[in-house]
Amino acid sequence: MKNYSVFDILGPIMIGPSSSHTAGAARLGKVARGIAGEDFKAVTFYLHGSFAKTYKGHGTDRALVAGVLGMETYDERLRNALFIAKDMGIDIKFIETDLGDEHPNTVNIEFEKKDGSKISVQGASIGGGNIIINKIQGDSVEFTGTNPTLIIKKYDLKGSINTITSIIAESDINIGMMKVTRQGKGKEGLMILETDSKITDEIVEKIEKVDGVISVRAINPV
Amino acid sequence: MYNYGYEMLQLAKEKNVRLCDIVIENEVKLTEQSVEVVREKMGRNLDVMMDSAKYGLENDVKSVSGLIGGDAKKLEEYRKNGKTLCGDVIVKAMARALSCSEVNAAMGRIVAAPTAGSCGIMPAAIITAAEVLGADREKMIDALFTASGIGQIIGKNATFAGAEGGCQAECGAAAAMAAAGIVEMAGGTPEMALHAASIALKNILGLVCDPIAGLVEAPCAKRNSSGTVNAMTSAELALAGIKSIIPFDEMVETMYRVGKALPEELRETAMGGIAVTPTGIKLRKQIFGE
Repeated sequence: MKNYSVFDILGPIMIGPSSSHTAGAARLGKVARGIAGEDFKAVTFYLHGSFAKTYKGHGTDRALVAGVLGMETYDERLRNALFIAKDMGIDIKFIETDLGDEHPNTVNIEFEKKDGSKISVQGASIGGGNIIINKIQGDSVEFTGTNPTLIIKKYDLKGSINTITSIIAESDINIGMMKVTRQGKGKEGLMILETDSKITDEIVEKIEKVDGVISVRAINPV
Repeated sequence: MYNYGYEMLQLAKEKNVRLCDIVIENEVKLTEQSVEVVREKMGRNLDVMMDSAKYGLENDVKSVSGLIGGDAKKLEEYRKNGKTLCGDVIVKAMARALSCSEVNAAMGRIVAAPTAGSCGIMPAAIITAAEVLGADREKMIDALFTASGIGQIIGKNATFAGAEGGCQAECGAAAAMAAAGIVEMAGGTPEMALHAASIALKNILGLVCDPIAGLVEAPCAKRNSSGTVNAMTSAELALAGIKSIIPFDEMVETMYRVGKALPEELRETAMGGIAVTPTGIKLRKQIFGE
């Protein structure tokens, strides 16, 4: 039985009207921004299920944009996020679509970076403002953004997992969850770790130097 | 730690303290933060609640869809004319609940208590009771802890999600939480607080979640207003020494069981209840331009 904090019951402080369609959407946007980086010029939101059907009435569109702009769920600028993005020269698009057998509150967020590259992050708002990120660049992942998270893209090399977890342990950080996937033996794969404390730039830099590592992203909680 | 109402009650009896003290102690242990930090955090919730309960009394709020708004102000003006049936206290509380719901629907700032859809009941009941009782800020914070403790039990043993348990899980939970909070605020015993929570749940048992166009607007705002009255009258019964025949823990279990027995159409899908009345459908088409 989960031992709820009183603030899981009373809270969050948020911009209405819906914890799943507004607060959760803003958190999805913010975590996606953490993954994609801040140097983007355009964002396309592919809305699925209930998100596609009711996004205007629930302000899901404004909340998602507020999130990708880095706003918190309680930021009163949230309701003007569409205008704020326009003022910043960021091109925003919403496309109602069917993403297949996904949670009804799912969105795939595609960022177009200033250098023309694209990165997509897919996640779902699963109730009470809680979220789950389930795809990055089409690769299946699963994390909530509640804990500091490391997403490491790397080749499947013997011993690399050990090297990476040692770097984290040396920094006195505990790993709460770890998931490793790969496209095949020796091929590209993903390593996702949730930790109990903040992931510093220093750790990221050290892991970047490990043999076979392609990229490292650290997402500290939003 | 406690998982049930009877456990909370036992702890309060052993230590000869109120429910809020038990809840605060548990929170301090759980989060490894000081009593001061935890109280201050709750204080921030109270500040947002007070703002959202007041804003709609003074301003014409319009929801994003345009479906609701302006009713809190209308009711407050009506109350000020001095000829209400229910009296100042109840009508003021109703207006405050409407205010929170309207602020929520207009993309203003609220505290989910326990959900955004039921965000008006706790602020309205607690602020209004504090006004009547002359209770200060610290006492209001105490009441919010008592209420949260009741919420913890409901969260552990049932649900707050309209999609799972219908409106009774949202507005019912909020009313039960608020009722217990104001009972302790008024000097009632922990037992009385649980009786109040129990009565409040019983009063709303089986209420469906049937939002027009799927939006957190109608009937949500008015159910917040009636949920507040439910909380206050349940508290009043308990304070008079009237007991709930069914104990609190059994009421929580019942609410959950009844919620699961509701057909899916009546659990936040906008496929049943008032959402599919000719008027409900017409409004949905208008709002989404279908």
